Amino acid sequence: MAIIVFIAFVVFVVGLSFYLGSKAKSSSSYYAAGGQIHWGVNGIAFAGDYLSAASFLGICGLIATVGYDGFLYSIGYLAGWIVALFVVAEPLKKLGKYTFTDAVDANYNSRGIKLAAAISTLVVSLCYLIPQMVGAGVLVEPLLGIPHAWGVILVGVIVITIVATAGMASTTYVQFLKGALLIVFSTVLVWVVLGRGLSTQPDQGGKVPFYQYAQVQASIADGKISTEGLEILEQVEVKGGLIFARVNHQGQENWWYASETDGALTLKESQSIVAKTDGKWINGALESETNKLRPVGNLEQIRGEKQVETGSLSLFGFLASITDKDTIVRTWKNVSFNDAAGDKVTVYYPNDVRGDRIMRPGLKFKVEGTLLERLDFLSLMLALFLGTAALPHILIRYYTVPSPASARKSTIVAIASIGFFYILTLFMGLGAMVNGTMNPADNNMAAPLLARSFGELLFAIISAIAFATVLGTVSGLIVAASGAVAHDLFDRYLQIKMDDRQKVTAGKISAFVVGGIAIILGILFKGMNVSFLVGLAFAVAASANLPAIVMLLFWKKTTAKGIAASIVIGIVSSLGLIAFSPELYSLYGLNPLDAPIPFSNPGMVSIPLSFLTLVVVSLLTQKQK
Amino acid sequence: MLHGPAAPVGKDPAGPYKQRLGIWMFLFYALFYAGFVAINLLNPLAMGAIVFAGLNLATVYGIALILVAFIQALVYDAMCRKKEAELEHTAPSRSGKVPEAQRSGKPTSKKPGKKGKA
Repeated sequence: MAIIVFIAFVVFVVGLSFYLGSKAKSSSSYYAAGGQIHWGVNGIAFAGDYLSAASFLGICGLIATVGYDGFLYSIGYLAGWIVALFVVAEPLKKLGKYTFTDAVDANYNSRGIKLAAAISTLVVSLCYLIPQMVGAGVLVEPLLGIPHAWGVILVGVIVITIVATAGMASTTYVQFLKGALLIVFSTVLVWVVLGRGLSTQPDQGGKVPFYQYAQVQASIADGKISTEGLEILEQVEVKGGLIFARVNHQGQENWWYASETDGALTLKESQSIVAKTDGKWINGALESETNKLRPVGNLEQIRGEKQVETGSLSLFGFLASITDKDTIVRTWKNVSFNDAAGDKVTVYYPNDVRGDRIMRPGLKFKVEGTLLERLDFLSLMLALFLGTAALPHILIRYYTVPSPASARKSTIVAIASIGFFYILTLFMGLGAMVNGTMNPADNNMAAPLLARSFGELLFAIISAIAFATVLGTVSGLIVAASGAVAHDLFDRYLQIKMDDRQKVTAGKISAFVVGGIAIILGILFKGMNVSFLVGLAFAVAASANLPAIVMLLFWKKTTAKGIAASIVIGIVSSLGLIAFSPELYSLYGLNPLDAPIPFSNPGMVSIPLSFLTLVVVSLLTQKQK
Repeated sequence: MLHGPAAPVGKDPAGPYKQRLGIWMFLFYALFYAGFVAINLLNPLAMGAIVFAGLNLATVYGIALILVAFIQALVYDAMCRKKEAELEHTAPSRSGKVPEAQRSGKPTSKKPGKKGKA
């Protein structure tokens, strides 16, 4: 069922592209859909562009694992549209033709701006493409049963086909379709989640029996754990002082977590993957079709009561029940280490958190931590607020409508639809957290797996929409990136003479190349949360592009060299800070504590630095203006 | 070689008004957003206080940030449209471009005497 719905959807989307492609022959059609899209369609297409894999897969996944901290992304992403609407929308529409470069270069005709802005568009688009492609691989893996890499390649090929056939026209209608479907079916999903209510023993509507994890009291003497009824075969203490024990429980060996609360030690049954020479062992047995990691996530108690079902709940009732201080949410963490035999072990262990803790910031972003940790949070919120209005694939959508007023109206439609969707993410994420549907090894599939608990049809539709989400966003990004190469670099910077048809061909060739690079990066970055990666793309966009746009519009002393310099400094500083951050050190396989940059979100440093560069260079180059 | 807009754009007499209005509305929202970030940084525990229907401040403030963005967008659009209509009727396009209302197919008022300044 899932595969049929999925394939039907993809065939429809590609068919639509070929149909629209037959109409798009000029460069204006290819890059800006002829500038004749209705503002209502464009507004929903904005939502389609914006509600990417990061929003649907990443945010829901983050909320499902760290609660309210994931919702911070929803708030920041939406707030960014205020900058787009009030500051950027209409002036940018008046300035630009096809690309971000056209807009910032409109008053200057500077080769420096053309080069810097084109590179910036390419870099930001690629940064944004990575999480989309990672999301694609994650999505296709369980849906079609193919490996992550093949999922990424499949998406890449389909998207390149869409973009190369019709450019912005097909991308716009794909986005419109996808944006509308995403909002409608997310509403349906939230509706059924509220209808099911909350339970301390979620069984996915009776389809999957609730698995009760065992736990036993233990004691520790001379560093060795002992307990009655369990044979302890090995114990390991990992960084941070966490202790795990390999135990023989009812004839099966598995890793358990030694949890200490108020001086009492409890051994809690966990899940584990051990990479042995003969294959992957899951929970003490060789991996097979029937032996995989069990889905997790439930409430241990609701408002102080154990073994209870609430029945259907209202919107407020659902949130209030989870927020209650006497509600306990069982989330899952993971840790990796080598066992005595030298095999790599990954343990997924239970972590019980009070509801009131889940529903306020702090589980991911350490707002109660050190000054640096707090500044990291500030940096993220700054980048999310300022990044939206600087994303090239969002900016080019202002050129697809006929007038500045249409640009404004389409932004308002976008804010309405995106805002509504982001409120839904809170319910979808929390629903995934407590319905026993989470894959403990990957939180990106939280929303589709939640949908699966309501039946294969909803899963198929949600997965197909999620896939279209990736397709649509990647299409928009590739149009933006190919525009940067073919229009900004070849046509305007290098001034290679091309007729209208050749410009379209150059754009299509660029789409192939950018799509190929995106496929490779999507495979390399497997496993990282897509919303986190998008947060970094926002930081790069806000650092490289926003100072140029804002100062161009509001500071008369802005010079071409000032703009070019701020774009370059914005790109270099943000990418440099990210490359040496703790999160990237983890990706390299290094110890994050050794990272020379102590925070993961660069915006707080790189955005002001880019503004400052623009001001200083502009003041120094006034005569050349 | 300067590139013009993808679609022809007429002179916009309401432009300066809309820009001023946009900046003020942006500043208002930026303060509201900054308040949210500041509470998180300076008094994170306050975010856990129950303020409405069993919901804590974090949830209420977060959802309010989304709703206020939408309400402000509607207010901004209404004020811009009002100003555009006002200036379209009192000072018709000096650039000879077709007014937005006509291009988007909306009926426009043709009352005599309203174009007196032309």
